[in-house]
Amino acid sequence: MRKVVWFLAVLVVVGLLGWAQAGTPLVLDKPSSLADISLKVFGDSAYAPAIMRATNSKALVDHSFARISRLDEILPAGAKLWVPDAAWAKAFLAVWDPNRVEDLFGGGKLVVGSWWTAGGEAEGLEALFALYRESFPDVVIVNATVAGGAGFVFKAVLKPRLIAGDPPDTFQLHAGLEVEGYSPEVYLRPLDDLYAIFGWDKVFPPDLLDLMRYEGHYWGVPVNIHRSNVLWYNKEIFARYGLKPPANWDEFFQICEVLKEKGIVPITLANAGGWEAPHLFETILASTLTPEEYRGLWTGTTPWTHPGVTQALEILKKMLDYVNPDYSAHTWDTVLEYIAAGRGAMNVMGDWAMGWFMAKGVDVGWAPVPGTKGVFVALSDTFAFPKRASNPINVIGWLAVCGSKEGQIAFNMRKGSIPARTDITPEEKAQFNPYLQSCMEDWARDAIVPSVMHGAAAPESWVVDFKDAINLFLVTKDVAGTQAALVAAAKAALGK
Amino acid sequence: MKLRPARLLLYIVLIAFALYYLMPVYVLVVTSFKSFAEVNLYRMWNPPRTFSLESFRRALFGGMGYQGLAPNILNSVIMVVPATLISAALGSLNGYIFARWQFRGANILFTLALFGMFIPYQSVLIPLVQTLKSIGLYGTIPGLILTHVIYGIPITTLIFRNYYATVPKELVEAARIDGAGLLGVYRRIMLPLSLPGFAVVLIWQFTSIWNDFLFAVTIAQNPAVQPVTVALNNLAGSFIVEWNVQMAGALLAALPTLLVYIFLGRYFMRGLLAGSLKG
Amino acid sequence: MWLKRKRDQVLSVLLVLPSALAILVFVYGFIALTTYVSFSNWNRLVPDYSFVGAANYLRLFQNPRFLITLRNLGVFTGLFVGGSLVLGFLLAVFLDRRIKAEGLFRTIYLYPLALSFIVTGVVWRWLLNPGSPQMGSTGINLLLEMMGLGFLKTGWYTDPRIGIIAVAVAAIWQMSGYVMAMYLAGLRGIPEELREAARVDGASELQIYRYVVLPLLRPITFGALIVLGHISLKIYDLVVAMTGPGPGYSCDVPAYFMWELTFRANRFAQGAGIAIILLVIVSILIVPYLRYSLRREVET
Repeated sequence: MRKVVWFLAVLVVVGLLGWAQAGTPLVLDKPSSLADISLKVFGDSAYAPAIMRATNSKALVDHSFARISRLDEILPAGAKLWVPDAAWAKAFLAVWDPNRVEDLFGGGKLVVGSWWTAGGEAEGLEALFALYRESFPDVVIVNATVAGGAGFVFKAVLKPRLIAGDPPDTFQLHAGLEVEGYSPEVYLRPLDDLYAIFGWDKVFPPDLLDLMRYEGHYWGVPVNIHRSNVLWYNKEIFARYGLKPPANWDEFFQICEVLKEKGIVPITLANAGGWEAPHLFETILASTLTPEEYRGLWTGTTPWTHPGVTQALEILKKMLDYVNPDYSAHTWDTVLEYIAAGRGAMNVMGDWAMGWFMAKGVDVGWAPVPGTKGVFVALSDTFAFPKRASNPINVIGWLAVCGSKEGQIAFNMRKGSIPARTDITPEEKAQFNPYLQSCMEDWARDAIVPSVMHGAAAPESWVVDFKDAINLFLVTKDVAGTQAALVAAAKAALGK
Repeated sequence: MKLRPARLLLYIVLIAFALYYLMPVYVLVVTSFKSFAEVNLYRMWNPPRTFSLESFRRALFGGMGYQGLAPNILNSVIMVVPATLISAALGSLNGYIFARWQFRGANILFTLALFGMFIPYQSVLIPLVQTLKSIGLYGTIPGLILTHVIYGIPITTLIFRNYYATVPKELVEAARIDGAGLLGVYRRIMLPLSLPGFAVVLIWQFTSIWNDFLFAVTIAQNPAVQPVTVALNNLAGSFIVEWNVQMAGALLAALPTLLVYIFLGRYFMRGLLAGSLKG
Repeated sequence: MWLKRKRDQVLSVLLVLPSALAILVFVYGFIALTTYVSFSNWNRLVPDYSFVGAANYLRLFQNPRFLITLRNLGVFTGLFVGGSLVLGFLLAVFLDRRIKAEGLFRTIYLYPLALSFIVTGVVWRWLLNPGSPQMGSTGINLLLEMMGLGFLKTGWYTDPRIGIIAVAVAAIWQMSGYVMAMYLAGLRGIPEELREAARVDGASELQIYRYVVLPLLRPITFGALIVLGHISLKIYDLVVAMTGPGPGYSCDVPAYFMWELTFRANRFAQGAGIAIILLVIVSILIVPYLRYSLRREVET
């Protein structure tokens, strides 16, 4: 309930500030052309099309505004125009293709592709939609979500659409090397100009900006940061048996032994999506290797024959003695039912699990995965801009919403992740739940390493190889063979 | 004929098997009519205590975070009807020619075409996608229709050929003596007699195309044009969709072909026999 | 008159020409193209047609996942074809005995055929979900428990030793009715006199089946084998909807792996390789059958 109240408060404040397609109404005192007005307001007549588009958009919902049919029209005295704010106008000019006259008339759709279909995620997305609709009420938002965790299904749906030249207007893209799988130089629009216009290159942390850059360009606007290496645990069970969250693997396995005797699943695991177990493995890797070594795995400076990898595989192998036997029938969220029902004690999952626990009203405890204190395995969701988007102008506003502070606060409070922006004030931070507040603190001081299962560390073909190797390991438990497979995967990806 | 006990045993066995075949339908129906509060994976065999249409409503029209199947059912209909009609028409024409008008190499041609029915469609997916893309039909329902028409030619031709082969020679001879040529015989003799053949082909094609998944998921990726099989798979694969909604969705997706089968089953059977028993 | 015949000859060729061309391009042309792609270097989203020889095939056969899918395909095909034939035959034999409400039974046994593999997969995923010791059983396991047969419970598709067998159970459920229909029609076609004659000669019912009925049903068995066989080799939809690849890829099949490789990992050339391998396997089954049927055509 508190969340709802805060959320509404944010909306009200934002509404009062009249954000984003912030602009000002302008009533003409004498007949003028758009070029004149642009010159007067912006000091440059080139912004005429931006003014035309902004006014026409407003006119679709508020008939007191003028409807402009031609760029060179002389508007009569008394005509009411909407002058957009400078950033949006500049972005418009950067994006607009002068051959696309239809873009000057407002309206249209915004097809948003993502895989955010679960509780907190869907609510976060809705919050962004709501903000967007406030500033751009003339646009119809089409929520083109495709179910399937970590987006494995979504990506399979998106690629043929990109190839066919019929992509959604904007779509969810993980920050990092995932973009390589979309051949961005062919299918996506680089966003460097928008970064400069909206000041994003100043307000996102440098580590994140490094991650966002591929082949020297930015391809998406990040909305959040998620942490992958979180250990969730049932507080009641721990209290009952006098346990505390393990700081290292020895303690972890001691706890597992105690719980196994009591008939409670010590560590719950899911793998119906095929990615949940590899996700667990990447967090174990982050505990047996130093942050530099871990990063090096993906750049080639750390060989996969490193004993840290062997150790990680041994730990996973031992863990399999303590997991629920039906893991291959569970997805990341259905297995959390064990914890909610008090039948399972622990689970390793990214902090989107927090959204699930909140929606179910479970008071869950959290800690970094054993051995990863001080390490933040990060992933970030961004939105990309396909070159062949059908409604390119509408995308500008969407990216602006995603990159704005108001948007990021509204979204992340619901989603269970933290804003990517660095300019969140302490008062604003206090609105987030305790887990997220601690997460924000960790983000500021921990060593950041990229997640591999969520598209940051490696291109998708490598991610698939990594995933396949670990999936097989769950059954074969063959440490040497799997390590060899991981070595081969790295060679295939880097050696090429 | 047989002793009472043996007869009784026979009926018991038959009923047991019938239960085995009906068991999934029981689960489908029972789960679909449960309300969300009552649905529980660990009590799936219990009949619903309260009768609720909620899951059908959500399966059709969507809920929090997911779209319903209603637009996709429409897509399936828009795809299936033209594809079925066109492939039946083509099959009728081809079947007639192969049955009655032997030209040199007809048999070989027919066998080559038949092979097309058996190939794994994965072998043609990639060039199919590229071709459809180049003619601008990729990701569209007309593209799917074209695909189904072309890959339906072998089976429809086969069914019609077997069917027309049963038309008595005398009828055809009589018409020829009257001066009818190829098209004349078709129009005057074959077509009027074709109703049973069309019934079989239309039902068979309707069922096959409605139930297709591979072409649908490869070609019609845009959620707006997906047929119901793809949408159902997405619905069922999503972890936020309550599983009574998933069951309701499966029931809805299966309803058209089930109804066709129940009411027109006779022709459906004939299609099976015609298609696979004979050469 | 002769002119008319000639005209009709030409017309007949012309009328089948569009279909023939369509098949030529969309079947044979595409197969050729896919074969070429399988020898190319196209492993990113953007096509690259440079020739790399058999490199893709080599990589496939070194991929443990691919080898597992081949093994699964063998297991699945054996179980599915064998199980459907046996079950279908038994049901046909039972139904052939002048049963009341035969039509009803037939309808019940046959209706799964009208369903999409996706629907079947969705339902059987829940039916064969084993549940767990902590949370309780569900599905078939729960049913077995309720009937006092709890010791028969297994992990179904969550158990890597079973995996694809669970998929076969669902597939047999779907297709055995078709086999039953075939055999029933065949049984009905066997003249009662033959059976009577054998009975008079002192043969038992079982012997009649072995020496009279089954041999006469051979063409049907053969036909069913072909149809079931080729469906089995192409199995894809059922795996997608029911289990996905499963633990340790125990439910994975080549057709599924091909789709993932091509449309998820962008490895178009490798995916094409699997597609061609699949085609070769299917051809081994189908081509002899087609040649046999072609020869029969020419004879009649």
